[in-house]
Amino acid sequence: MARMKFLCDADRCIECNACVTACKNEHEVPWGINRRRVVTINDGKPGERSISMACMHCTDAPCAAVCPVNCFYTTADAVVLHSKDLCIGCGYCFYACPFGAPQYPRVGNFGSRGKMDKCTFCAGGPEADGSHEEFEKYGTNRLAAGKLPLCAEMCSTKSLLAGDGDIIAQIYKERVTKRGYGSGAWGWQTAYRETIAT
Amino acid sequence: MARLLAQARFIIGAFVVALILAVAAPVSAQQPSHVSPNAAAVKEQQLLNALSPGGSVGGRVSIPDQKSGNLIHPAGRDWTRFHEVTLRWIGAISVLGMLIVLVAFYLIRGQVKLESGFSGRRIVRFNAFERFVHWMTATCFIILAISGLNITFGKPLLMPLIGEPAFAGWSQWAKYAHNYLSFPFAIGVVLIFLMWIAGNIPNKVDVEWLKRGGGIVGHDHPPAYRFNGGQKMIYWIVVIGGAAVAISGYLLMFPFYVTGIEGQQLAQVVHGVIGALFVAAMLGHIYIGTIGMEGAFEAMGEGTVDVNWAKEHHALWLEQEMARTGPNESQRQPMATPAE
Repeated sequence: MARMKFLCDADRCIECNACVTACKNEHEVPWGINRRRVVTINDGKPGERSISMACMHCTDAPCAAVCPVNCFYTTADAVVLHSKDLCIGCGYCFYACPFGAPQYPRVGNFGSRGKMDKCTFCAGGPEADGSHEEFEKYGTNRLAAGKLPLCAEMCSTKSLLAGDGDIIAQIYKERVTKRGYGSGAWGWQTAYRETIAT
Repeated sequence: MARLLAQARFIIGAFVVALILAVAAPVSAQQPSHVSPNAAAVKEQQLLNALSPGGSVGGRVSIPDQKSGNLIHPAGRDWTRFHEVTLRWIGAISVLGMLIVLVAFYLIRGQVKLESGFSGRRIVRFNAFERFVHWMTATCFIILAISGLNITFGKPLLMPLIGEPAFAGWSQWAKYAHNYLSFPFAIGVVLIFLMWIAGNIPNKVDVEWLKRGGGIVGHDHPPAYRFNGGQKMIYWIVVIGGAAVAISGYLLMFPFYVTGIEGQQLAQVVHGVIGALFVAAMLGHIYIGTIGMEGAFEAMGEGTVDVNWAKEHHALWLEQEMARTGPNESQRQPMATPAE
């Protein structure tokens, strides 16, 4: 089985936010929830870089470790998913997450935290693949349909890569070798405890 | 004719293009021949290396949720380790340790008996309002403690027994109880602080009381006013510990209103550690107020204590009360049970 990963080639990202929009549209994510966002570092200064970031589907995921009700599980493709039926909205996964991925609708006690929502790598949740219930809770299950995450698939500069970690690492390596520079595989060191030697 | 015109147009067009190129050439020549877009670009490794402990690599986002500007926050892994390993050790050692100490103490020392026996004459120790505040706070505390311990210890201990769905359902209700009962608890702590502060300022009598070990071991009865050194310690644990768990708890309940991610993590660390120590301290308080000491529970149960109990444990307070009300005003009650 493949080990699914995201990789954002910051030297290609033009901060168009189309990945953010595509994600929101594909999964019909409610207002105020951002499964993916684009962060610009050194904004307006020479050498600024933009990085599209969502759940990185970590190896040894800290959210899963810290969840008091064990609502997280990892698929055979190493995608980190969760069950909204089990989630109690305690917010601990946000404190544990190195990427700020978990999102909470402003419902429930004192309007602070409802059941957590996050990037699913377009792989849905524990319900039957492609079912209505799955879509309502987690959005489209593209992976089950043989498709990769939409954010990466429609990226206009092919900055955002999603897929088998070994393959996208190879693509990134070739790019860096060919053009002679690369600002790094953002988040890989923290998420996967490895980075791409270039 | 038409052919000639077309030729002329072509020649003029070519001339214009040549002219534009000739003018533009020096402009493009001013650009460096080889542009390195990487010259000053930020690199992930540099930013990670420069990161202070607990810090994050971040930038600007164009969405309203400004905390999403945190791109990489490696300290999330450290907090995870604290929550899964360190906090469990702290909680287990303090709570189980206190239980072991109490059981051992009960087996070795046994109940602190009323040595002079029940006199049958009783004196008011806590009025109805004091008892109401105490039991409101106490009831909330027990539910808060169970639902709080559930968050840290429920997954390894309770979940394997009842299964994931049942455990998640129970935990959801435990969270609701924890959130809502925090309000009467916090009010109770404030009222406790205000209504008993006068009797809980540490003084010389407490130093003497502590030097004699509070008379816990042996048959010593060091004198005390209304609250002895040990009770004053419990009072300040409740006031300071209660304030700490309430403030850190409200930071967690209303996340990101006041602090960023580092502050939220710190609030959880404070809440978890103080909460565990608080539970351990209250186990000691419950022990000495119930099976640990003969005649002690009545003080908070019915509000009155036996005069002999007051003489043994709060001699100076009894003197004050007697001087204030006169000995005849203390309630005389028929002996319900023969003195043991």
